[in-house]
Amino acid sequence: MHDFDFVRPQTVSDAVRALATPDAQALSGGQTLLPAMKVRLAAPAVLVSLMHIPDMVFVRADGDVLRVGGATTHAQVAREAAGAYPALASLAARIGDPAVRSRGTIGGSLANNDPSACYPAGVLASNATIVTDRREIGADDFFQGMFTTALEEGEIVVEVRFPIPDAARYEKFIQPASRFPLTAAFVARHSGGARVAITGASESGVFRWHEAEVALTSDFAVQALDGLAVDADGMIADLHGSSAYRAHLAGVMTRRAVAAIV
Amino acid sequence: MPKDGGIGDSPKRREDVRFLTGTGRYSDDINIYNQVYAYFVRSDVAHGRIAGIDAEAAAAMPGVLRIFTARDFEGVGGIPCGWQITSRDGSVMNEPKHPVLADGKVRHVGDPIAVVVAETLAQARDAAEAVVIDIEDLPAIMDMRAALTPDAPLVHEDMGTNLCYDWGFVEDNRQAVDDAIAHAHHVTTLELRNNRLVANPMEPRVALAEWNAAADEYTLYTTSQNPHVIRLLMGAFVLGIPEHKLRVVAPDVGGGFGSKIFHYAEEAFCTFAAKALRRPVKWVSSRSEAFMSDAHGRDHVTKIELALDENGKFLALRTETLANMGAYLSTFAPSIPTWLHGTLMAGNYTTPLIYVNVKAVFTNTVPVDAYRGAGRPEATYQLERVVDKAAREMGIDPVDLRRRNFITEFPYATPVAVEYDTGDYHATMDKLLALSDHAGFEARAEESRRRGMLRGFGIAHYIEACGIAPSNLVGQLGARAGLYESATVRVNATGSISVMTGSHSHGQGHETTFAQVVGDMIGIDPAQVDIIHGDTARTPMGMGTYGSRSIAVGGSAMVRATEKIIAKAKKIAAHLMEASEHDIELKDGRFTIAGTDRSVAWGDVTLAAYVPHNYPLEEIEPGLEETAFYDPANFTYPSGAYGCEVEVDPQTGKVTVLSFTAADDFGNVINPMIVEGQVHGGLAQGFGQAMMENCAYDADGQLISASYMDYAMPRAADLPMFTVDSTCATPCTHNPLGVKGCGEAGAIGSPPAFVNAVIDALQRGGHDVTHIDMPLTPDRVWEAMQERGVRDA
Repeated sequence: MHDFDFVRPQTVSDAVRALATPDAQALSGGQTLLPAMKVRLAAPAVLVSLMHIPDMVFVRADGDVLRVGGATTHAQVAREAAGAYPALASLAARIGDPAVRSRGTIGGSLANNDPSACYPAGVLASNATIVTDRREIGADDFFQGMFTTALEEGEIVVEVRFPIPDAARYEKFIQPASRFPLTAAFVARHSGGARVAITGASESGVFRWHEAEVALTSDFAVQALDGLAVDADGMIADLHGSSAYRAHLAGVMTRRAVAAIV
Repeated sequence: MPKDGGIGDSPKRREDVRFLTGTGRYSDDINIYNQVYAYFVRSDVAHGRIAGIDAEAAAAMPGVLRIFTARDFEGVGGIPCGWQITSRDGSVMNEPKHPVLADGKVRHVGDPIAVVVAETLAQARDAAEAVVIDIEDLPAIMDMRAALTPDAPLVHEDMGTNLCYDWGFVEDNRQAVDDAIAHAHHVTTLELRNNRLVANPMEPRVALAEWNAAADEYTLYTTSQNPHVIRLLMGAFVLGIPEHKLRVVAPDVGGGFGSKIFHYAEEAFCTFAAKALRRPVKWVSSRSEAFMSDAHGRDHVTKIELALDENGKFLALRTETLANMGAYLSTFAPSIPTWLHGTLMAGNYTTPLIYVNVKAVFTNTVPVDAYRGAGRPEATYQLERVVDKAAREMGIDPVDLRRRNFITEFPYATPVAVEYDTGDYHATMDKLLALSDHAGFEARAEESRRRGMLRGFGIAHYIEACGIAPSNLVGQLGARAGLYESATVRVNATGSISVMTGSHSHGQGHETTFAQVVGDMIGIDPAQVDIIHGDTARTPMGMGTYGSRSIAVGGSAMVRATEKIIAKAKKIAAHLMEASEHDIELKDGRFTIAGTDRSVAWGDVTLAAYVPHNYPLEEIEPGLEETAFYDPANFTYPSGAYGCEVEVDPQTGKVTVLSFTAADDFGNVINPMIVEGQVHGGLAQGFGQAMMENCAYDADGQLISASYMDYAMPRAADLPMFTVDSTCATPCTHNPLGVKGCGEAGAIGSPPAFVNAVIDALQRGGHDVTHIDMPLTPDRVWEAMQERGVRDA
């Protein structure tokens, strides 16, 4: 690890100011960033920790919306969202291991947008809104490809607002080494229709499986998915599975999620 | 009933107190005043010519003492190989130079090119980034078959070939085997790969060396399974340091699994640099470095053919293997696919004709050497897979087919040059079938089927050879070392005992087990016995621990030394009681005149030996300390029956291990709890290989499974509760304890049992899948199911 300065702002505005310094990098749990720094793949001059801003650490049900502070750890979401939005709490409870869940945050995960991360699937299928220090971004606009988001330089995820669906389920098939999703599906049944988000599979990062959504919106049942398949084109192929396998798993995980809901 | 803490009892492991309370003393816990830090600059390409190294700017950076390259090692020896194989045509193997630092060419990703030594590790690492290496890329040689084609680029140009050796065994059998296979009623053929593995011991390697200018003496602290072997290889062949000037210490070592047997460049570098800089030099491997610098394991590509008659009797076996050596020969690499592999091809069976051909090949990969089981897992895997396939092809139950061919009379001389002393393969098979409720399997399979899952049962019966010996034989086979073991038993004046052993414990629990042996022989509390190992200055010349050899060879040396102690102590006791030594009996730590109630205690005798006031000085020397070197007459041959029950999810290809049963014959067992733990560990590594571990390179020679993000290690949750039994014991006939060894069995027998179970599950599900190469990851199982659709009912 190279030398760096470390700042710990107490407010969002202080954090935004600190992030404006040259080569500054936000730290929000650091479960990706710190390993990258240890192997010297990342070398920020200033680390701005977002973990000590009280306004960014909370889980709050607000009518039919679950609000989660951007610096809230997975462990806290797993604990505190279980009543209001159990499927999301279950997703958080299955990220990584206890050490990762105690440090990693929702804002850090979303800003990083690892194509194999769990949270992007939950956020996209829930049609959540990402609230930053300067604007609100809809989930459909936020994820823009592998490790790419709508966030601007120095922009901070302050809060995520989840419309709570009538029912939802996250089904994950893990990659045996990293235990990240090899492919996972988050299915949410909203009053306005079904949303299906697939993570781990695509070279473009998390995506919505529109065909499945249409079918499930008209008939929320496993049989409604008969004959539907995710196109293997554009899926990731690596040591752990071909693109055809990932496309197949997307279908299996989606069906299992639907089966668990109905 | 075993004595309390004696042979056959299961006292808890005394070493665990320090391991579990964080008070172990590992190599990295040792720091020497004024030490400096080495950081290795390693090749990031698989194959290339070093056009230039510019270290000028780096050398001027803060804290840097010196930057070393191959130029600094002119006149220094290369890393030696400890075993020479002779090819079929009588020529000796091609043995490439293995410089401490890459000289002229780099030959694998991770090949060390330069070393920065600085006051702090961070300074060394900063400077290492400033070392500019100019490498002209050469085509990477990755595929073994392609490497042997005439126009292939060469890993070592001066050898003119990528072939290390072409070994035939037993060459005289070749024609008869070919004839038998040509005319057999049935021949089953299987082509398979035994996947390359990274050992991944919990503790990465460390080397810390110091040089004492006043005495011109060196001390090397290193993570080794055999410090005397390192002292011999490095002192004699690399650095030219006489053994009395070189001390090698391997303190607590956090696992080795074979990968810490070998002499590595980093050890030689630190020892060399300590004198050059007149400062202690420390190197600690990172996990990433371990992936590309620790010797890898396995990596065989094999074709095996089994000929059977109409009754399923095995007539002949022929195997052809390409064995990957990597870019250089690691210490014992040539012996693994040959003498530790070909000699095991008879398995538990009476196959009369066997021929084994092995071509060892150089590629642009990390060197490959022994890994838990070393050659024996490769032999067992192919044999137990082909037997299972033959059973399916001939419509014979796989248990029955094995039984029809079991060896039942001992000693048994195999056609591959070894003689099994004891065994009872029907007994272990019976035990397995009973413990695993094999009879109830069909009902369980039906229950799975109702849930849409595919259940399968797989069996493997293995033979293992431990304690490779005797030394004069292994010398004829090409070993450049002896394979005895040593022990010094030093009885102290008050009766406590220090045992100095040449074996080395790095997880095996020797400090507990060996104390049980010595304590039991004398009849004293094993707490009175301390086991000292891992330091060439304290222990007699010994060969270390690998190949499940330590109880069979090291334990036997300890027995022999203790017998000498007892013989002398009886003379002293006889003198003290004015009796004949022939009438003295030792029981429960007391010397008694047979048939009387007159006795003296162990402590009375030991005190007399060191305070020899009333002592037969004219007949025997004072003191009570004896050394024995034990060279076994033969290998030991543990065997066992393993059964694995799995469930395959046909939608995802995911395999869940539902149960695993091991019925082992380890001969006599000293500490059943430790033996069970050893089996558990071996099984976990076997399942790791069979289910998930996969060391993978791409076509350019980049290691793509270079971290735990891509290299899957088994975790407790991936494994079932194991049912382990070692009561079917047929004691070894040629060592004093009747022991065989247990360290590798689990890793040898479990991969074929697991793969056989998965194939069984798929076949029962109607998928005509006959083989899947390890590891059987979900994607591979699913792909195999797609290629081989469901049979019509």
